[in-house]
Amino acid sequence: MAAETFTETSCTVAIVGGGTSGLALAAELMRLKVGRVVVLEREPNSGGIPRHCGHYPFGVYEYKRLMKGPDYARKNTDVAADLGAVIRTGTTVTALRPGGTLELTTPGGREVLHADRVVLCTGVRESSRAQRFINGDRPYGVISTGALQSLAYLEHIRPFTRPVIFGSELVSFSAIQTCAHLGIKPAALVEEEDHVRVRALLTPYLIAKRVPLFTGIRQPTIIGSDQVEAFEFSDKNGRYRRIETDGIIISGRFRPEAALLKASHLAVDRGTGGPVVDQSGRCSDPAYFATGNILRPAETSAFCWQEGVDTAARVANDLETSPSYAPNVISVTHDDPAIRFVVPQRIATPLPPHGMTNFYLGLTKEVRGVLEARAGGKTVWEKPIKSQPIRRLQFPLSEIVKPDVADDITFTLRKSK
Amino acid sequence: MTRDTFDIAIIGGGVVGCAIARRLTLDGARVVVIEKALDVLDGASKGNSAILHTGFDAPPGSLEQACIAAGYKEYLEIAGQMSLPILKSGALVLAWSDDQLKQLPKLIEKAHANGVTDVTSLSREEILRKEPNLSPDLLGGFAVPGEYLIDPWGTAHAYILQAIANGATLLRNAEVLTGHFEGTSWTLKTTQGDMHADHVINCAGLYGDIVDERLTGARRFTITPRKGQFVVFDKPASNLLSSIILPVPTKTTKGVVICRTIFGNLLVGPTAEDQESRTDGSTTRDALLDLQAKGVEMVPGLSNCDVTTAYAGLRPATEYQDYQIHQDRQSRYISVGGIRSTGLSSSLGIAQHVSALLDTFGTQFKPLSTPVTPTPEKLSEYHDRDWQCPGSDGIVCHCELVTKREIERVLDGPMPPATLAGLKRRTRVTMGRCQGFYCTGALAALTEGRLVRPMGTRDGS
Ligand SMILES: Cc1cc2nc3c(=O)[nH]c(=O)nc-3n(C[C@H](O)[C@H](O)[C@H](O)COP(=O)(O)OP(=O)(O)OC[C@H]3O[C@@H](n4cnc5c(N)ncnc54)[C@H](O)[C@@H]3O)c2cc1C
Ligand SMILES: Cc1cc2nc3c(=O)[nH]c(=O)nc-3n(C[C@H](O)[C@H](O)[C@H](O)COP(=O)(O)OP(=O)(O)OC[C@H]3O[C@@H](n4cnc5c(N)ncnc54)[C@H](O)[C@@H]3O)c2cc1C
Repeated sequence: MAAETFTETSCTVAIVGGGTSGLALAAELMRLKVGRVVVLEREPNSGGIPRHCGHYPFGVYEYKRLMKGPDYARKNTDVAADLGAVIRTGTTVTALRPGGTLELTTPGGREVLHADRVVLCTGVRESSRAQRFINGDRPYGVISTGALQSLAYLEHIRPFTRPVIFGSELVSFSAIQTCAHLGIKPAALVEEEDHVRVRALLTPYLIAKRVPLFTGIRQPTIIGSDQVEAFEFSDKNGRYRRIETDGIIISGRFRPEAALLKASHLAVDRGTGGPVVDQSGRCSDPAYFATGNILRPAETSAFCWQEGVDTAARVANDLETSPSYAPNVISVTHDDPAIRFVVPQRIATPLPPHGMTNFYLGLTKEVRGVLEARAGGKTVWEKPIKSQPIRRLQFPLSEIVKPDVADDITFTLRKSK
Repeated sequence: MTRDTFDIAIIGGGVVGCAIARRLTLDGARVVVIEKALDVLDGASKGNSAILHTGFDAPPGSLEQACIAAGYKEYLEIAGQMSLPILKSGALVLAWSDDQLKQLPKLIEKAHANGVTDVTSLSREEILRKEPNLSPDLLGGFAVPGEYLIDPWGTAHAYILQAIANGATLLRNAEVLTGHFEGTSWTLKTTQGDMHADHVINCAGLYGDIVDERLTGARRFTITPRKGQFVVFDKPASNLLSSIILPVPTKTTKGVVICRTIFGNLLVGPTAEDQESRTDGSTTRDALLDLQAKGVEMVPGLSNCDVTTAYAGLRPATEYQDYQIHQDRQSRYISVGGIRSTGLSSSLGIAQHVSALLDTFGTQFKPLSTPVTPTPEKLSEYHDRDWQCPGSDGIVCHCELVTKREIERVLDGPMPPATLAGLKRRTRVTMGRCQGFYCTGALAALTEGRLVRPMGTRDGS
């Protein structure tokens, strides 16, 4: 069969990904009346990850209502559609070309879409079992929380009855809730780090439900070759443990869904795994912006929703002011192994309106010390910090970046005196 | 009632059994393939490096070398017609130490002796010009332009599908337990009842010695499975290399291969670990981290690349270096054993060899005059894919861009998969970077009631 030729269309703003941030952005762009806004979503329905989070809590911040994920996803879709955004589902963006041109695969065939601006809103996914180097064969029954949720809430299918949950992040809590929805009880929750990553939420729950918890485990090993039979590890005291189980939920360790980005001409940040952006969310090609979880792993839906809304003003402003806007760009880096990433990775001056108000930092491990921002060989800002790697760390951009900034900024850590 | 007696019963649906089934069916024989697993390719053929070898480094004069050479030649002849994808990457054998450098001339000589005459020596500079992402630490090497990359599963599937299309029978989920030659024909006891055939060909791979013993009461060789683990990197990594990078084998270290895959990834491996288990394909953290580090040593750019997955394959190694192909004319029995680490490349050659052995038995068939050639989907990143063609009914697996139409075709096809693993090998669903994060739900719905081993149970039922 011969590959097909492309039809061509155009729009003002093309949004890649119709999840929380993409839909919030689309709605706000319509309110700002920027022109024709098209949301491109590869799934049969828009809404993103919340579509299959059949549990609370969503929507409290955005709509002042406690909602389950699917209702919230529908609400986000309806708001954007009612305001006139075009939402095209079943539409996969397969390539990003320089200058804002996208290649699409749609139910009707292949297409090239020329957009004045493109915003990448493709979100994050969990790390797979291989990416976490878990020992063992490859039996059926090892899946991520996201996969479990799509089975449970979208298809009402139960893949196992006594799973072990691997990981202890917020999303691991979703895994427990999804198990409850399926009427099954996890056999245990295990974590390689020495502490539960979201202690306050998870620990009381595990105790109440009598789900055994093991932290600081070593040599996690999946047993079974066709179907999962057991999970083995040595516990924090070095004792060998075996838990009989028929499934493993690999939860958390989010990473941006950035395949499209990595195959493109855009600069990628090693730390986040997402695009290099300035404080407007602009990528290395000025026709491209990014927002939501693709910027960094991983935030709550409300946070991403607000990022989408904020990004609309930035894109609208950019459509108005360019091409006269020709910024100077300085780079923002980090040089301590405990710092995993900083967003934004660039600052454009003069500072445009509506930019991000915070630097967002990610850590690789627990940190106690003084965080410093250095520029031109001097310390321009410092703050004592004491934090677990999972916590959200934000620092006001205006305190660190002065309007006349000319030197690159480097974040570094110093031991507290 | 007359009993149904096949001309040939092939025990084992690995790549070797599949290739022999094709050959003998085209020769005009009535063939049955008896496979104990729920699906074909569940043994040694499940995981390999997917290189179509020229046989440049095989022991000259060995049966292995002859089968690789013949298999390679036939593969290139039939690939176009049978829709088998080839990535003509070529290979570089690289030396990273003085010890290895010293061995290069001997290896080139051996290649020439094996008839692989286009093997040429390259300087360090020439190599780095060809592959600028290689570490400048390399010392020298030579090129083997004829080493190619192929689809490890699609290839074997194409062989067995052509056999089926021309009248062969495939019996899955049927283990051969015992067998007796009764003067003129064999009766094989299987977990699905008795099967009768005039000839039996043992292609049981990792169980070759056990099946030998069950049928003949003796073992001519003993299998010691040798595990090979691999790390697979995500597609952007494939831009780092064009050639297959092969190691110089030395007595003390067994180097690793780095190459692209036909699916657009990059792999590093395999390890070589002897083990007792014939089924345990576990990967281990330490080995994978070690492979990753070795990969980064040779191709530093890999340090920026994401891992997509890891897997292991088991080589059916024996105490002998060469293939163990034995025949007994009296009882019309051929045992094709110890096809250790080159079976994907040699299987068509082995099939020719077996066909010739049957001739020496005095067995005559009438070759098919107009055989059917099915043309399955090419699953190659380097050829047009279904998602690029009209009417694909939407993409289900976003990482590997697998369409609903492709999945439906396979599920409705002449050899539908019995398990998710089988569907993966036939379509690549969930084989990409997200490993099922996005499409598991949709796949469970699509395959419901159509797999022997379902992806779950519907709740409320
Ligand atoms: C299992 C799980 C449970 C969670 N539970 C909660 C919770 O209880 N509360 C909460 O606040 N948050 C929760 N979250 C987090 C929440 O889902 C995210 O914060 C939010 O969805 C992020 O929005 P986003 O727009 O960045 O990405 P997503 O919502 O992930 O949207 C990305 C969209 O992009 C589409 N896409 C990607 N690539 C392409 C392409 N090439 N072409 C077209 N479309 C593409 C995807 O299909 C997807 O729809 C949970 C997350 C997970 C994984
Ligand atoms: C790590 C690794 C890398 C490799 N790389 C390459 C490469 O790059 N190029 C290359 O050419 N080759 C390569 N190979 C070699 C190649 O994969 C093997 O030579 C080939 O798969 C052997 O196939 P087989 O059909 O002999 O065995 P198998 O695939 O094991 O097939 C035997 C079949 O018999 C069935 N069976 C067993 N017992 C019974 C019974 N009693 N009744 C019924 N059925 C039974 C099994 O279930 C199995 O399906 C590699 C191998 C490994 C492990």
